[in-house]
Amino acid sequence: MSSSVLTRPTAPLDPPPPDYQRRAGIGVDDLPIPSRTARARTRAARAVTASAAIVVFAGLWEVAPRLGLVDRVFLPPLSSALAALGDLAASGELWVHVRASVSRALVGLSIAVAAAVPLGALIGRSPRVARFLSPLLELFRNTAALALLPVFVLILGIGETSKVALVVYACFFPILLSTITGVRTVDPLLVKSARSLGIRPVALFTKVTLPAAVPTIFTGIRMAGAASILVLVAAEMVGARAGLGYLVTASQQNFQIPAMYAGILAIAFVGIAINTALLLIERRVSRWRPAA
Amino acid sequence: MTAALQLTGVRKDFVLRGRGSAARFTAVRDLDLTVAGGEFLAIVGPSGCGKSTLLDLVAGLTAPSAGTIELDGVPVVGPGTDRGVVFQQYALLPWRTARGNVELGLEAVGVPRRLRAARAQEHLDLVGLTGFEDRYPHELSGGMKQRVAIARALAVDPQVLLMDEPFAALDAQTRESLQDELLRIWRATGKTVLFITHGIDEAVYLGQRVAVMSSRPGRITRTIDIDLDPQPGRDVRSDPAFGRLRHEVWSELQAPQHDREVAHV
Repeated sequence: MSSSVLTRPTAPLDPPPPDYQRRAGIGVDDLPIPSRTARARTRAARAVTASAAIVVFAGLWEVAPRLGLVDRVFLPPLSSALAALGDLAASGELWVHVRASVSRALVGLSIAVAAAVPLGALIGRSPRVARFLSPLLELFRNTAALALLPVFVLILGIGETSKVALVVYACFFPILLSTITGVRTVDPLLVKSARSLGIRPVALFTKVTLPAAVPTIFTGIRMAGAASILVLVAAEMVGARAGLGYLVTASQQNFQIPAMYAGILAIAFVGIAINTALLLIERRVSRWRPAA
Repeated sequence: MTAALQLTGVRKDFVLRGRGSAARFTAVRDLDLTVAGGEFLAIVGPSGCGKSTLLDLVAGLTAPSAGTIELDGVPVVGPGTDRGVVFQQYALLPWRTARGNVELGLEAVGVPRRLRAARAQEHLDLVGLTGFEDRYPHELSGGMKQRVAIARALAVDPQVLLMDEPFAALDAQTRESLQDELLRIWRATGKTVLFITHGIDEAVYLGQRVAVMSSRPGRITRTIDIDLDPQPGRDVRSDPAFGRLRHEVWSELQAPQHDREVAHV
């Protein structure tokens, strides 16, 4: 986990004297510095390795239906799925569904963050609250979110509320658990030294405990981001008039198979986009950490 | 000189909870200690003798089980900005720059933002970190981190500086240069310093007096006056008097426990 930055420094070292290379018998000229072209070559090689599996997968998807290895009707080549995706994007239909899904996911995720972080902080700081709430939370946590979908629909109706509520439910627990861990594993020495400076409990929490827990909390938020799309798509498949899950099932029922695959691709891209966005935010709020 | 810090009959018990039983462990007992205003007192003792417990008590981070701790006649009841603490492991906030860390204590006292920056700068200059204000702790060496920690403790303008083996994690060269820096800062600021260490040389080199602490339970067995005058450019450690004092402290630490018990009766 990313909480390693909170551990005590291992080997404190002072900077070497400016002439350490001469003392150690190292000539500055002896150090091999890779040329610009060599570096560009390594970077290109790395990019090839990283994308090889994707390229092979895309190639198989394209070729297998064309060669008749699979039924073209049920698994059309990648190019026709991408063409369908292009058509959906051009007609504007795709954006309606993307907007519906992304806004539900983000609203749900935001509500979950707003609720789970304070509660997690409270549980993490107070053993009594933890003992009181843990059994109940454990019970809820192990209840699959999708099992509750009928309940949400029954109570909240088939509209937006039930879907957002489901996302909140699915996002809540990863964030709650990571916040509890984050708050509990704050280096006690940081707390002790802040207390010695006369910092009062409330300021201690906002200035020391919470910032120290941010990296751990963000691990949970990213897990929640992945979970939000997962349950949302399932919810949209059951009852919705817009959203990427709806696009997939509706296309399948209308036998627009390329459009169905286009919808699946769109879900994958949205998932990646949300994770990337969360990663960027995480990097921004934890810029103080040494580059990994 | 006035007694800045007065510890009288201080005792600290910890309750160790085992399975179905609770045992009491006395870390510090019958501890008397007087530190004069502006004095540099080094406390030396073996590991586990309750040195850190003693420092926590003076810092107000824990309360004594018995006895009193007074600072200028006022009982210590909790942490306060009249005492600044420097820990062995720096304890800097990794998400704050050197300046941000020094400002932490000033925020607690409620110093306005503009003044905070100036005060932080002044103290970073004092510890020789001019130009490193915007570095994060992970960009600083161990010695520099400890300088930031010293600046942070001094920035709130405490009367007493409490130091818990502050140089123990540093390499020998850095330690020696920081010892001289500390003496310079002490002379420049006139603070009372309570310096805890397990190094005899360090205690003799830095302290005007060295208090020797025994273990289990911890108490001060003897205080030894140090009449050396470590000045820059003077190799005090090679002085025969240094060796003699060093031996005196060493002998006191070697003295068998029961002799002291008898001597106390």
